[in-house]
Amino acid sequence: MRWFTLSWQAVAAILLCILAGLLGPMTQPEMKALANPAVTIAYPFLNTKGLIFDLILGAAAVSMLRIPPLAAVAALAIGAHVAAWLLLTGIVGFEGSAHAPYYLLLAAAWLLAWRCVTILSELKPANRAANALLRLVIPFIFGVWILIVWEAVVRGAGIPFILLPPPSAIGVRIANSLPILAADVNQTIFKSVIAGYVIGCGAGFLTAILADRVAFLGRGLLPIGNMVSALPIVGVAPIMVMWFGFGWESKAAVVAIMTFFPMLVNTVTGLAASGHMERDLMRTYASDYTQTLLKLRLPAAAPFIFNALKINSTLALIGAIVAEFFGTPVVGMGFRISTEVGRMNIDMVWAEIAVAALIGSVFYGLIALAERAATFWHPSVRGG
Amino acid sequence: MTMTEAAAGETTAVVEARKLGLTFQTNDGPVQALTGVDLTIGKGEFVSFIGPSGCGKTTFLRVIADLEKPTEGTISVNGMSPEQARERRAYGYVFQAAALFPWRTIAKNVALPLEIMGVPAAEQKARIARVMDLVNLTGFEKKYPWQLSGGMQQRASIARALAFDADLLLMDEPFGALDEIVRDHLNKQLLELWARTDKTICFVTHSIPEAVYLSTRIVVMSPRPGRVTDVIESTLPRERPLHIRESAEFLAIAHRVRDGLHAGHGYED
Repeated sequence: MRWFTLSWQAVAAILLCILAGLLGPMTQPEMKALANPAVTIAYPFLNTKGLIFDLILGAAAVSMLRIPPLAAVAALAIGAHVAAWLLLTGIVGFEGSAHAPYYLLLAAAWLLAWRCVTILSELKPANRAANALLRLVIPFIFGVWILIVWEAVVRGAGIPFILLPPPSAIGVRIANSLPILAADVNQTIFKSVIAGYVIGCGAGFLTAILADRVAFLGRGLLPIGNMVSALPIVGVAPIMVMWFGFGWESKAAVVAIMTFFPMLVNTVTGLAASGHMERDLMRTYASDYTQTLLKLRLPAAAPFIFNALKINSTLALIGAIVAEFFGTPVVGMGFRISTEVGRMNIDMVWAEIAVAALIGSVFYGLIALAERAATFWHPSVRGG
Repeated sequence: MTMTEAAAGETTAVVEARKLGLTFQTNDGPVQALTGVDLTIGKGEFVSFIGPSGCGKTTFLRVIADLEKPTEGTISVNGMSPEQARERRAYGYVFQAAALFPWRTIAKNVALPLEIMGVPAAEQKARIARVMDLVNLTGFEKKYPWQLSGGMQQRASIARALAFDADLLLMDEPFGALDEIVRDHLNKQLLELWARTDKTICFVTHSIPEAVYLSTRIVVMSPRPGRVTDVIESTLPRERPLHIRESAEFLAIAHRVRDGLHAGHGYED
């Protein structure tokens, strides 16, 4: 047994470090300082450059030793993230001055994080708690690195704030605007989205059952439902504002229109999902329409219905935000986005986007959890 | 046809078919699934229907169950039309597959017909316990169907058909998808159950040994058009251990069934 195991990420990280060392200065000011040794010029990474190299090289080397996986994970996590932290904090104040070695070191740190996630995802912990933790940690590291790379590239290359603010600025903006964001969320999510979602999904569901029960409705309603889904939201929204006023009601109406059709189609499909044999079985019991619906067809349709609920959770959010572009009281996520863009407050726009993404994910996650509980019996949930 | 059949018909005919025919209208033109079926099934009989696929054996069972409507002739179930009999829950039907609902536990699946028929909860519990015991599934009440083997699932579906205590049990190749060992076991259990409950059983199969082993009467059918070609009275005793299948009497009956199948099938075309 060898005393080390090679991993291509660690080797590549070491090679990138060597290349970065050979290329020399990491930033424009450092280059100037080297060119004029007589003049004292403050430049980034003056004191931390060596430490960054040491961290990355050290973590890469340690991770390849024959040590327990958790120790390797710890070494990689510390090496990659402390190095990344030093890179991010060092460049502040010197935006746009980064040279190739800065990006090479960032890439090296990212490779170490990749290796770290690879080891983590190969772990097969026996107990459930550790498993659950692992399922959270891996996507968390993934997400953190998206932010790190975003921050580092935006600051290193000096991308104008108006084009893409760094995530740290967006975070600061969120922290400083909590009352405004809360009011916007209350207006858009808790009034427009929830009301519209419940009305749209409920109406779609009931229409599907009506269309199933009454044959002529099935033939007449479904094509019209199809037409409703094809209505362009930017055309419908101003009309809804005229009908229902500037308040949340008009946005709820837009959301209801958007969510109606996916629910209708999925429920209709789901109601046809139960097998012939099962329906014959209910017939042998002389079961009536309602009994067959409740005991066989709706449970069999549940996976389809939850599918519609999931699709609609994101549609509803988009619908409500876009609808607010067409007239709204001076509060709401869509209103805020449209006005702050006009005032060049791009960080506020991003803050709203971040909040919308977070709430959308939570919304979706809650429905997915409910789905797992309700359709535990389905092969896609119970796993084969 | 025979004396016993005539006698049975007079006293307690459970199923009585006269000149029964059924023609399906398909895209390729009409298909005669059944034609000219005359058959009387008496109370307490175990009748097997055997024949190659397309001979109408399943169709006949479905006509009894009012899952298909005949296009010719007459049929009565318990002296009424199949539809009335179905509405009075005159029979339990066991399908080729277990058709258990995956979102219900085994006990809940067995309770399904009882819930639909509005049986009070306390009585439901007692009946579930009784039929689960009948099919040897006690202890599996809380399991879900997909946690059980195929044989156990099929037993659960039999328990479900027994739960509401109909006198007539219609079984459409219930063991067709199971392996031979499980099948033997379930055949034996089915005979024991029949002996204990005194039900009338109509059993569709394509296995000659299974038909001979189980039945008091074997109806041999043939396809194109689906019709009855022979009705064989079994001379075997009601008490049938598994090894009876090696006896000369058993083999003689099996031989006659095979002859009947050959005569009707027309392999020459």
